[in-house]
Amino acid sequence: MYRSHVLVCGGTGCTSSGSAQILAALNEEIKKQGLDKEVAVVQTGCHGLCALGPIMLIYPEGTFYSMVHVEDVPEIVSEHLLKGRIVKRLLYTETVTDQGLKSLNETEFYKKQHRIALRNCGIINPENIEEYIGTGGYEALGKALTTMKPEEIIQTLIDSGLRGRGGGGFPTGLKWKFAAANKADQKYVCCNADEGDPGAFMDRSVLEGDPHVVLEAMAIAGYAIGASQGFIYVRAEYPIAVKRLTIAIGQAREYGLLGKNIFNTDFSFDIELRLGAGAFVCGEETALMTSIEGNRGEPRPRPPFPAKEGLFKKPTILNNVETYANIPRIILNGAAWFASMGTEKSKGTKVFALGGKINNTGLVEIPMGTTLREIVEEIGGGIPKGKKFKAAQTGGPSGGCIPAEHLDIPIDYDNLISIGSMMGSGGLIVMDEDNCMVDIAKFFLQFTVDESCGKCTPCRVGTKRLYEILDKITKGNGTLEDIDKLEELCHYIKDNSLCGLGQTAPNPVLSTLRYFKDEYIAHVVDKRCPAGVCKALLTYVIDADKCKGCTLCARTCPNGAIEGKVREPHMINPDKCIKCGACMEKCRFGAISKK
Amino acid sequence: MSSQNKSVPFAGTKEQETALLDVIASLKGEEGCLMPILQKAQEIYGYLPVEVQTIISNELDIPLEKVYGVVTFYSQFSLYPKGKYKISVCLGTACYVKGSGDIYNELMDKLGITSGECTPDGRFSLEACRCIGACGLAPVMTVNDDVYGRLTIDDIDEILAKYK
Repeated sequence: MYRSHVLVCGGTGCTSSGSAQILAALNEEIKKQGLDKEVAVVQTGCHGLCALGPIMLIYPEGTFYSMVHVEDVPEIVSEHLLKGRIVKRLLYTETVTDQGLKSLNETEFYKKQHRIALRNCGIINPENIEEYIGTGGYEALGKALTTMKPEEIIQTLIDSGLRGRGGGGFPTGLKWKFAAANKADQKYVCCNADEGDPGAFMDRSVLEGDPHVVLEAMAIAGYAIGASQGFIYVRAEYPIAVKRLTIAIGQAREYGLLGKNIFNTDFSFDIELRLGAGAFVCGEETALMTSIEGNRGEPRPRPPFPAKEGLFKKPTILNNVETYANIPRIILNGAAWFASMGTEKSKGTKVFALGGKINNTGLVEIPMGTTLREIVEEIGGGIPKGKKFKAAQTGGPSGGCIPAEHLDIPIDYDNLISIGSMMGSGGLIVMDEDNCMVDIAKFFLQFTVDESCGKCTPCRVGTKRLYEILDKITKGNGTLEDIDKLEELCHYIKDNSLCGLGQTAPNPVLSTLRYFKDEYIAHVVDKRCPAGVCKALLTYVIDADKCKGCTLCARTCPNGAIEGKVREPHMINPDKCIKCGACMEKCRFGAISKK
Repeated sequence: MSSQNKSVPFAGTKEQETALLDVIASLKGEEGCLMPILQKAQEIYGYLPVEVQTIISNELDIPLEKVYGVVTFYSQFSLYPKGKYKISVCLGTACYVKGSGDIYNELMDKLGITSGECTPDGRFSLEACRCIGACGLAPVMTVNDDVYGRLTIDDIDEILAKYK
């Protein structure tokens, strides 16, 4: 028995800010101070509050240290672990109150969260199957195999109202029902872990922090539809996730939880890992299967749907990581429990990856129906530097921007679509007044141009044309007709593309046109970028009243565009100015501004 | 895919070829084995020149154009060698709105190369990537396996200097 447990986050965010070194230093220091029989160090998955990493939690006290450095380790060991004195300067400031320390669950960031998919992340050691079993892991598989018929499992999922968390929101139970109904000598269960939305990292966190939950759910799926083989298609960009999945599959086989005759039943099931190689379109279900088959990851027309003819032309179901992470709990707690959370048509919780211009960047899991305002202002802690909220982008390159006027809309699948965005996989990027919406639309189109597989013309050529028009507008050469053309082309691409990538690619343009048309007009009519982002449209000016004539700007300018005598106001020659902004950064008197 | 460093002649060793043949032998016959084989081959050689693709094509008895088609489809497969230090700048949304585009431009200026290229001395290659999942640290870049987060343009010189 250990008297104390130190949990160190080993997710990608914290690892990137040095948690592996902290872990090593901690183990060494604990040994040095003779505490290694009393204190256990555990490397866990993500706690969600990535902005403050590396994160360390010490139990039984529940002390939450943030932004820990290697140099802090000896003090933590000698003060906290040896003498029982909390190292106050490292505490997460939100937990410190005048009345003493408050628990993590009472902080703004955590108090509205409800963790189902992320329930084990940050709590267990993902590389040890016994810790997963210790929190009720593989109980759902046992219950399913020994007490439930496949139809009952599928019915439970249908009743729970669980919808696909990868973006589309298709009812998971129905998908399974279709695949179960199709007879075949071989069927497949696939897991889509090709998290391509740039800015979403919930699937990565589940795989890194709780890999067994995915294996367990896939085995349940295999039993429900009558499949004996599973594939996890995971991004090669996620090395930690790949490593932990590999360990997890090995341990599950060793414990007889994968392989032949699981729980002494007739049911056999095994899982193989397949690595992606960097193609966004492979997140589309038919493209993903084509890729597993060893081909260029191009989508196929549907029908036939994968439930009938999927991987290797056999009936296949494909679910997203977060969807799977909900399933064992639904089997254990029942459909009614899950359906009691959320809104009428979107049940349960959703994990969002908060990023961009927001204080608490990280992962949050909240009940469906929570408003965007609660997420941004309360959980997310608002916008840094007192800037004004402009928009939240959801759904990645397939989604749209939600303006301030819709901050109070309860978030669920249908509401987001009604306001021109979509749930997507759950990336939620906050933008402030310094972000140009035309530039953001162009950014997403650049992404789809790069990632379009090229199979169908509307997507291959259409997105390129959209990008060119947007580029023209941001360079100050756009016309009002271009804006009309843009919109027309968007609808054409949406209606005619083969797969989800092309059908949703125009969304960033359409939603910014819908809510921020004034910015487009400012670009084409006034030749001005209101946010001050589009370089071609900026002019830098020196305020003669504020300029002291220190000559620093003139010496900084790489192109000799600034003229003026010592102690006299300077001037920028617009013909020579390359708009690099170096002068504005260097000016000590705030005399230079961009318009 | 568009690396300009094409002048580097193929210099595969016998050991590398043996390793590749072992990989092919162990995976051959499995459905969909081409991708895992290509991934291993890239680990062995660092890139996938036509010489390597030819070996794979012959061993698996599939046309070279099919192998080439798959190699050129996925952004992680490279036809050309990469630098000793591979720099990737994240241009995912979270990093982009926090200014990773400026970091990327600065690196292009400093190194004198664009995306997919390699410096003439073979030291650095540069590419843009889409989200490594460290959005909490945005903007982020990586040099081989080292991750640098919360970047500003002023950090770049210091980071590059570490790899000289």
